[in-house]
Amino acid sequence: MPRILRINCRTKEYAFEEVGPYVNLGGRALTSRIINKEVPANCHPLSAENKLVIATGLLGGSTAANSGRVSVGTKSPLTGGIKESNSGGLFAHKMPKMDLLAIVLEDKPAQEAPFSTLFITDEKVEFRNADDIVGMDNYPAHDKLLAEYGDKLVAAMIGPAGETLRKTATIQFTDPYKRPARSAGRGGTGAVLGSKKIKAIVLDPAVNNKVAAVEADTFKAARTTWVNILKEHPVTSQGLPGFGTAVLVNVINEAGALPTKNFRYGQCDHAADISGEKMAETIEARKGKTTEGCHVGCVIQCSQQYNDKNGDYLTSGFEYETIWAFGANAMIKDLDDIATMDRICDDKGMDTIEIGNTVAVAMDGGIIPWGDGKAAIELLKKVGTDDPMGMIIGNGVVAAGDAFGVDRLPVVKSQSMPAYDPRAVKGVGVTYATTAMGADHTAGYGVTANVLGVGGTVDGHKKEGNVELSKNLQVATAAIDSMGFCLFVAFAVLDSENGVQTMADLVQSYTGNAFSVDDLVALGANAMKDEQDFNERAGFSKVDDRLPRFMEIEPLPPHDVTWDFDENEVQGAKA
Amino acid sequence: MGIELKCFATLARFMPENHEDYPVEPGETIRSLVQRLGMPLDDVTLMFVNSVRSDLDTEISDGDRVGLFPPVGGG
Repeated sequence: MPRILRINCRTKEYAFEEVGPYVNLGGRALTSRIINKEVPANCHPLSAENKLVIATGLLGGSTAANSGRVSVGTKSPLTGGIKESNSGGLFAHKMPKMDLLAIVLEDKPAQEAPFSTLFITDEKVEFRNADDIVGMDNYPAHDKLLAEYGDKLVAAMIGPAGETLRKTATIQFTDPYKRPARSAGRGGTGAVLGSKKIKAIVLDPAVNNKVAAVEADTFKAARTTWVNILKEHPVTSQGLPGFGTAVLVNVINEAGALPTKNFRYGQCDHAADISGEKMAETIEARKGKTTEGCHVGCVIQCSQQYNDKNGDYLTSGFEYETIWAFGANAMIKDLDDIATMDRICDDKGMDTIEIGNTVAVAMDGGIIPWGDGKAAIELLKKVGTDDPMGMIIGNGVVAAGDAFGVDRLPVVKSQSMPAYDPRAVKGVGVTYATTAMGADHTAGYGVTANVLGVGGTVDGHKKEGNVELSKNLQVATAAIDSMGFCLFVAFAVLDSENGVQTMADLVQSYTGNAFSVDDLVALGANAMKDEQDFNERAGFSKVDDRLPRFMEIEPLPPHDVTWDFDENEVQGAKA
Repeated sequence: MGIELKCFATLARFMPENHEDYPVEPGETIRSLVQRLGMPLDDVTLMFVNSVRSDLDTEISDGDRVGLFPPVGGG
């Protein structure tokens, strides 16, 4: 039976508990329920009262394709609201093999206490001395863990940004290629782990209990149908593996929605230089890898290995959002500079979206010149040191705006926007406005119908249909995150007659518990309700569901569209 | 003066050398353009004329910016 492991980070006591009231929950639905029930909504995110939950999805440990995503939940240091941040890597499929559904970190030791590495087996938890990796970047620290625990290492860890409690801090997870390249990126989850004085969490490589579907034959049949759905859709079978998520640079640029120069323009003159096509060409010329999965069991393979000019490995998981943030929004043209910044962000443990936007704000404030990649690299290297500039940059867009006197801040609930200008992609703009997460494209990806022609067509320049679009996608996304699926399965599911039913069939046959399409929808809607409830109690109201004022009064070229929803009009997108 | 034509992702191999000033006939549509370029019609699912989502029957004329894509997604 899967269990919940609770660890008190102050007393070092722990307990393996029955799931009790959290039965039939997984992934985001589980993290959001635990945070909403157990964390005082008005607590400081870095205080002892906050908790950090790491949960596997309902299909965690299964052989269903693309079901190995992990959820990290907490009260966010960045937004002050609830947060679920989702990552690939090896953690989610490993946890069920240790009979673990969730790990809950509670309380915190004194500020001067040393950092520990948590070593978790199937029956005990050890707080091990982390002195040898404290202060180190993630890649070299992860190498040390590999040397100590062997190449079956499955770890979650923080870099210097998390150790110094920065609001952009990520938790990095071991990927299938033995690198700490997968991030629970958004909202500063790494700072919460840092506040609890945990540098790394290692799951015992020796424990590998067998996990099997309860209804084996039914599961096997559903699994085959599921792979066919993913393999037959052109987006999940061709576009994503061929060019990575950065294939979107040219598309969103052509649509006039690529935020450029801190959200001043919808098109970028050097889009071709930073496109997925250019990235794939560069990777091939340097003998990197254009396709790889972020977790075992991925059939989409949208990740990659990007080598430097010498042909040596530089970075992985080089995403559209990252390339946009540094490349278009901060106006940097050199893809190698951008890849270097992606690597620094993984090494320091920082969210590339928040940091890319922060670099643009620093440029807007005259701290470094627009488009100066080398200067931006130097800025990023300061994070995690005692340099005050590093402290500012590491705390994200709002902190940088305050420090540098910049009023042009593309944020909702203090979290900066991803790579779609909401004035021209209103479906995702409604999601930015209303999701409990702060500006977050993955919470309800309206780009599908607004731009990509997947799952129908809704005009992204007009209001009509976009609230409903966002709500439907937000519910579906919360369910997908709770089952442990990669969100990109949605591209195929939205265009597939039996996609949703097949996901439900997989859960039912794997867990042995009745799980219908209605249950799937309820799983997503209830996760959203937990998140909204927490945020309301934390002090958020509908006036926080606004986009920045400049988007209402400054038309976005080339379409000269503005954000014209008020906060009342978007409330229908909530569960 | 012709159109500014761009073919992206897997369609890049169909891009003509004179894509920055590609001549079009009066009454040209995306459909006739795609056929002239030798692209399979089914492969072209996303098309933009002057940054506006368009379809195969959208007419194009000199001076337009035309972008053609296969099915793509990301995020």
